[in-house]
Amino acid sequence: MRPDSRNRTGMLIGLATVAAVLIAWYVLTTVTQAISSARFPSPAEVASAFRQIAFTGYADGRLDQHVLQSCKLILMGFAAAAVIGVPLGLAMGFSRRFEAFFNPVFLLIRPIPPLAWIPLAIVWLGLGDAAKILVIWFAAFVPSVINSYTGVRSIEPHLLEAARTLGARNARLWLEVLVPGAAPHIFTGLRLSLQASWTTLVAGELIGALQGLGQVLNAAAQDLYPAMILVGMIFVGICGGGMTWILGRIERRAMPWRSA
Amino acid sequence: MAAYPQQAALSRREFWTLSLSGLAAFFGLWSAIALSGITPPLFLPTPWAVVERMMELTTQPFAGYTIQEHLISSVGRYLMGFGLAVSVGIPLGLAMGWFRGLDAAITPLLEAVRFVAPIAWVPFAALWFGTGIGGPTLIIFTGAFPPALINAYRGARFVEPRLIEAARTLGAGNWRIIVEVLLPASVPSIVAGLRISAGLGWQSLIGAELIVASSGIGYLMVKGQSNISTTTVMSGMIAIGVVGVVIDVLLRRLQSRIETKRLGKGSAQD
Repeated sequence: MRPDSRNRTGMLIGLATVAAVLIAWYVLTTVTQAISSARFPSPAEVASAFRQIAFTGYADGRLDQHVLQSCKLILMGFAAAAVIGVPLGLAMGFSRRFEAFFNPVFLLIRPIPPLAWIPLAIVWLGLGDAAKILVIWFAAFVPSVINSYTGVRSIEPHLLEAARTLGARNARLWLEVLVPGAAPHIFTGLRLSLQASWTTLVAGELIGALQGLGQVLNAAAQDLYPAMILVGMIFVGICGGGMTWILGRIERRAMPWRSA
Repeated sequence: MAAYPQQAALSRREFWTLSLSGLAAFFGLWSAIALSGITPPLFLPTPWAVVERMMELTTQPFAGYTIQEHLISSVGRYLMGFGLAVSVGIPLGLAMGWFRGLDAAITPLLEAVRFVAPIAWVPFAALWFGTGIGGPTLIIFTGAFPPALINAYRGARFVEPRLIEAARTLGAGNWRIIVEVLLPASVPSIVAGLRISAGLGWQSLIGAELIVASSGIGYLMVKGQSNISTTTVMSGMIAIGVVGVVIDVLLRRLQSRIETKRLGKGSAQD
């Protein structure tokens, strides 16, 4: 969109601001100590907190164990939601009868934010993994359904008519017309689902967990340990970004016709 | 809506029969499980027990206040956080859409924090601003800020270049271009962003209140949870859902009002 030289200046400005922020961070926390380390950690403190959690462990686990625990819960809840939500959304988009039957219940449940299910999940299932998976499932379910539904609706009617005239029935119609046609929307939904899953997981673990990145944040908050809070946040960001990136790769693989 | 792939429209009768039977199946299943005794009533109360409890909460204080008072304190925090996000996000987004340098400077910083879930700010929010009003307000801000900014930015970036050129030729400076050209032209995008912002902000508020707060609807639910009062938790969920819908309906009204106004006036913005 922009000319190349402009792009390069843009990148330089970007690098410069990032550098400026990092330098300001160092100067304010370490050199002048204008920001006390009880409020925001200095770079050295963050590095030592990172070493501590990566090698000796913090909040009942090393960093890799926490990350693994969080990713495991996300994947389980997210996969369960996608497996149920996408077909339900496709079916609601395809059949009016199906839509008329499920939509009112769906409309009733939809306005309740996923985080609001956390206390109920805890009452039902306690503080263990099951409660978190249930809540992540709720968080990821709604966007999967809505976007798959929109996806089917966005398919050109001509395409469907053509497929039908040429004799495509049930399984073929679904696999070769409906699913590929709705795929861009399905992936949008999955991306939103994934983001919602992360928010929900962090909240769930902050409220109570034995391990996981949210539990790191929780323990660090209770210990008044700002450096560890920051390390926890950084890894929440890295994991969330990493999973979104992987989903993007899958999306490109799954829809080669779009990447042109 | 778009054409349905399969059947012709359902008759009105069929539509209502199906919709109502869907709802009946949902509530029927719920009541049946609750009454059958498979699950203790403590964990799964009947729908009417929840309604009863909700009525009770309007007169009888729980966790210090009645449900209306909890709602008022939630909404108060929400309006502060959301207001702050909007009043910083929209001007900054417009400015980023106009000044390329500002865009280049701020975008990498935003990218860096983009994937940090708003809820992950809770520990710092509590550390910096306490658990009363300041902490939760920061959480709502972190939830509501990005969509407000991004949509204002997109709106400003995709303004018709001719409009900008015309304004420039007529001698408008940066300030006037932003306020009199970019802002009005990006209103639809901004309002669309506000709806997303409002939803995320409301959701973040609930998260903040579940974790750190001493009043509010999220706090009510946490207390209900620790007393194993499922009816209270469910009442809270219903209240949250209703407020969420009300907020969205209000913003949708605003959106359609602005759209009809624009269509009525034509594209001229003078």
